[in-house]
Amino acid sequence: MVDNQNPTQAAVFDVREVTFRYREVTALESLSLTVQRGKRIALLGANGSGKSTLLRVLDGLAFPEKGSVQFCGEPLTEKCLQNPAFAYNFRRRVGLVFQNPDVQLFCPTVFDEVAFGPLQLHWPPEQIKAAVQKMLEELKITHLKDRSPHHLSTGEKKRVALASVLVVDPEVLLLDEPTAALDPRSASQMIDFLVGLRGAGNTVVTTTHDLDIVEDIADECFVFQAGKVAAQGSPAEVLTRQSLLEQTNLLHAHRHIHGTGVTHSHPHLHSHKH
Amino acid sequence: MNFLERTLAGFLTALEQSLDAEDLARRQGLLQHVDPRIKVVGIAALVIAASTAHKLWVIAAIFAIALLLAVASRVSPFLLARRVWLPVLFFTGVIALPAPFVIPGRVVCTVPGLDWAATAQGLKSAAYLITRVESAATLSVLLVLSTPWNRLLKALRVLRVPVVVVAIVGMAYRYIFLLLDGAREMLQSRRSRLMGPLPGPDYRRMAAASVGVLMSRTLQLGGEVYSAMLARGFQGEVYMLDEFHTVASDWIVLGVFAALTAAAIYYGR
Repeated sequence: MVDNQNPTQAAVFDVREVTFRYREVTALESLSLTVQRGKRIALLGANGSGKSTLLRVLDGLAFPEKGSVQFCGEPLTEKCLQNPAFAYNFRRRVGLVFQNPDVQLFCPTVFDEVAFGPLQLHWPPEQIKAAVQKMLEELKITHLKDRSPHHLSTGEKKRVALASVLVVDPEVLLLDEPTAALDPRSASQMIDFLVGLRGAGNTVVTTTHDLDIVEDIADECFVFQAGKVAAQGSPAEVLTRQSLLEQTNLLHAHRHIHGTGVTHSHPHLHSHKH
Repeated sequence: MNFLERTLAGFLTALEQSLDAEDLARRQGLLQHVDPRIKVVGIAALVIAASTAHKLWVIAAIFAIALLLAVASRVSPFLLARRVWLPVLFFTGVIALPAPFVIPGRVVCTVPGLDWAATAQGLKSAAYLITRVESAATLSVLLVLSTPWNRLLKALRVLRVPVVVVAIVGMAYRYIFLLLDGAREMLQSRRSRLMGPLPGPDYRRMAAASVGVLMSRTLQLGGEVYSAMLARGFQGEVYMLDEFHTVASDWIVLGVFAALTAAAIYYGR
């Protein structure tokens, strides 16, 4: 039974003083943060700030050189994941959608792709077929089911990648730049879907540097800079800190050309609220 | 166009042909409706019958059956001629060409000016080789053209091909196109910055560097794909969903294949 008053038990992930390096490049440096159950978290940061690395660490695909990561109160280590029972439980509960969908779509058809996860979890064939069908319908990609991934557009690939993770109904969803490289319409569809996750009670951790979508997809933000958390707060709090956003390369000078041909620029946050 | 670009263009043509094949495999035709496992077994049996037959008319009959199957499956004979018959005739012809002149027997004609005598036994041997290869190749290509690649791979399991081999080939087929696209873009970006043809040593250096970059990308992609597999619960064992459903008409087709194979083996002894 989870005690929501106790922060340790309510934490899905507890990251303590984690340092991770790619050879000589430090991706995460003494980073600490806690992901609470049922929260929608946005990890904000410029390219190379360590967001994607943290997602890999949270998904047990990379292991820190220093520090510790706990998943629901249990240590998340390479050794733990070698235990089939722990690995089964962890993979069943945590899903990661990669930034590059081509990495994630390795099966010959969309149907096989979405069925891959349930097959690894040894679900009965009839249950797998029903779950795959339901997920394809939910993401409106049933018409793609016999197609090969190399015939799909980037938007379609992203939706298939999402379906391939959501099909096992993970409690925790890790999304790496879900709207990256999408055309405006596909990005909007993806955001609509992420907004729809709000009521489902899942814990969702999304990396992005798209400030426009943060208020829609997150309850809490962590701003990353050079492998560290530079700031933390609600989207409303973080998005009003202009100097922080400029310092972390999340805000840029936006240029306007007026009718007279005069150009001026100023830091600009795009947001559309109705 | 240099060697590297020509090779790449060849691969990309193969990619386009594979896309055509996927379209053909989804057409409404006779073989397209048959369970892929039945097709694999039936066509393999006919290929074996064609390869072992000792009578030319039996091999020709199998070739005729292949042609009928192609027409019934809406596969154009012109497509078969372009992709199978002419290339096979050329390559097998090169191998079979000396046979009429080196195999001893009854002389039927001589090459004017060269005094090379072609024997009946030699011509027969060449005809056997060419018709066998043409028949087997036509049947095999029909199987590939009438079956989506992923279903064909899964159907190979009926021949006891291990599931891990099927999965590896499937993944290789999936990623070869991605890497080819990467290689093409790399060469095009390089060409867009060149003022003219490179001198030989520079070109070779550039080609070697491109191969190295592609190799490095392949390794990186391989690592990422493995991570993506792990993230979805892969623990070293490959599992596959069997989606085939055999209906009564499939058993009838299997019966026809069995009868034709038996007849070919009997009359071809």
